[in-house]
Amino acid sequence: MLDLLWLVPVLPLAGFLALTFAGRRLAKPAVTAIGVGSVGLSSLVAGAVAAAFLGHMPPGGVHRQILWRWFDVAGLRPEISLHLDALSLVMILVVTGVGFLIHLYSAQFMEEDADFARFFASMNLFVAMMLVLVLAGDLLLLYLGWEGVGLCSFLLIGFWYGEPANVLAARKAFVVTRVGDVAMAIGLFILVDRLGTLDLQAVVARAEAQWAPGSAAVVAVAALLLGGAVGKSAQLPLQTWLPDAMAGPTPVSALIHAATMVTAGVYLVARTGGLFELAPSIRTAVAVIGTATLLLAAGAALVQRDIKRILAYSTISQLGYMFLGLGVGSASAAIFHLVTHAFFKALLFLGAGAVIYACHHEHDIFRLGGLRRSLPTVTWTFVAGAAALAGFPLVTAGFYSKDLVLWRAFAGGHFLLWGAGLLGAFVTALYSFRLVFVVFWGETGTEAGARPGWRMTVPLTILAALSLVGGWLGLPAVLEPVLGAAEEMAEPHGTELLLQVLAGVVSLGGIALAWALYGRPGRHGDPVADALGPVGRWWRAGWGFDALYDRLFVRPYDAVARALEKDPVDRLPAAAAGLARGFHRALALTQNGRLRWYALSLAAGATFALYLVLTL
Amino acid sequence: MAGEALALAAVLFALGLVGLLVRRNLIFVLLSLEVMLNAAGLAFVAAGARWGQPDGQVTFLFILAIAAAEVAVGLALVLRLQTAFRSLDPDAASRLGG
Repeated sequence: MLDLLWLVPVLPLAGFLALTFAGRRLAKPAVTAIGVGSVGLSSLVAGAVAAAFLGHMPPGGVHRQILWRWFDVAGLRPEISLHLDALSLVMILVVTGVGFLIHLYSAQFMEEDADFARFFASMNLFVAMMLVLVLAGDLLLLYLGWEGVGLCSFLLIGFWYGEPANVLAARKAFVVTRVGDVAMAIGLFILVDRLGTLDLQAVVARAEAQWAPGSAAVVAVAALLLGGAVGKSAQLPLQTWLPDAMAGPTPVSALIHAATMVTAGVYLVARTGGLFELAPSIRTAVAVIGTATLLLAAGAALVQRDIKRILAYSTISQLGYMFLGLGVGSASAAIFHLVTHAFFKALLFLGAGAVIYACHHEHDIFRLGGLRRSLPTVTWTFVAGAAALAGFPLVTAGFYSKDLVLWRAFAGGHFLLWGAGLLGAFVTALYSFRLVFVVFWGETGTEAGARPGWRMTVPLTILAALSLVGGWLGLPAVLEPVLGAAEEMAEPHGTELLLQVLAGVVSLGGIALAWALYGRPGRHGDPVADALGPVGRWWRAGWGFDALYDRLFVRPYDAVARALEKDPVDRLPAAAAGLARGFHRALALTQNGRLRWYALSLAAGATFALYLVLTL
Repeated sequence: MAGEALALAAVLFALGLVGLLVRRNLIFVLLSLEVMLNAAGLAFVAAGARWGQPDGQVTFLFILAIAAAEVAVGLALVLRLQTAFRSLDPDAASRLGG
């Protein structure tokens, strides 16, 4: 059964190829069957592989499938190989499972779109590339998947390319993540140069043998890989692309935020954890970046008005928690949060998509309202997702995973980071239920038009169930053999329980405050944004990062481009050519075809020559 | 003696040159050219007499032959010009002007 592993990425890839080359000639049901079916089959194969893997654990907990040797140049022999361990198993289950539900949902959401086949072709390629990324047994193959998801995000964010704003958002996502990708590529070059291999297991083994902890080379490599992860996972300072990525269709946002793309950075850091362990300073940087990002993004989410932007900033914030988990040395907690986040964030985006679908593409939450009565299924699933995001105690998955991240931060002695994470959890609860109360409670705003059909409600229900029970999966226990167990906890068990109670109280407090501010009948306006005033406007603009980068990079670049547009370097050769042309004109004037003029110049020349002969 | 002859040759040459430059009629241009050639010939003869050498007169005979050939070609061109442009002004045939 494990030998079928190669089918997992190949099936969506085949779907992509079929839809690209034959999509225009196929009827919509056929396109749906291929687009949704390929990912569905892939998820079934992934499930079978998981059953086989867990039923009969291969030696060392790793199953490798070498498909063929990619190339053999100057001692570098990368292979097209698949690497299956508990970490990649969890990732393929999430990518194919959540990906399948999003595809099923898109079949209805995108039904009216003229470019139905192109949409599913890009979505299939997106899933295929993400699967290549998480299954790669070689960092070069991982990089192929890495760039592949970057390309697909560009294609899908700019899917409605008729609007210039969408194309600009797609370009921004591509360029900003490219900054990180370049850093990562340089990191890979250093690995090839110093270690002579990019094979995942060999890299970590040779790095441990060759490099002392904290030596310059390993710090540089870890920092550069972190740069790539920061770009892909939208952490500070490369987080600006994600809120704009909302320009794509809503299922695309769900796919980017839950199953593919942004989780790649977290996966990369977890996968190359051995390198980060050798570079403790960079690992601390991971935790600090994560904490700063989670606070900033939570603040920005608190004052947004666009339903999708709220969710986008909340994704950045939750990714910050994952980085915090990675940084405090508990990759299993980070991946646990990644999985539960994939469930509830996919759910929230699909729910938001259902609201937008029903309410004539209205994005402003303050023009929506009272949808509880007209869209009951969407409301209750959305509440489940928001509760998981807010970390509602005991009954939601988000509570367990977020609490595990915070507990590991506390147990590792990072009290400041823990406190910041707890503050972030409070703000998270506040903004997620601000969204719920404004959109689904209160006075009726935009009337709900089209009702979502079964293809939209079934994925919502399944994801809602997963968001609630996903916390009891016991994932960290599965992951710890791969990612390394956390250090022995010095703190007694009672402290963990106390902190859990504290986290629960904080979450409930945030929800209660949201109810007090937004939930009560007769509410008007946006009290949080009003109270914050200009600070709120600053936060709404994403802490002014866009304006800052515009000043620092975009405008100087534009100015240089505009200056170079007229080719100033070409001035010198152009001047030489102009001089030659001037001489040519002057000399051409003398060739006037007049015989007597020629005779005169001849005589004048002869006289001059005679004069020279006589005087010199 | 030679000095006066050379001065006369120079005057004749200058007159020929001026005629060449100012006349618009091609026949007069050819005439001026003859004057210049003969000025040169006079200078050769005078120089030969001054040094008591026959070379000056020999050269003058060559010049006469060249002048005859030149006038034959020149007059043929004048006839072509007349048929082609209905004019004897060389400026009428300035189509090669850059």
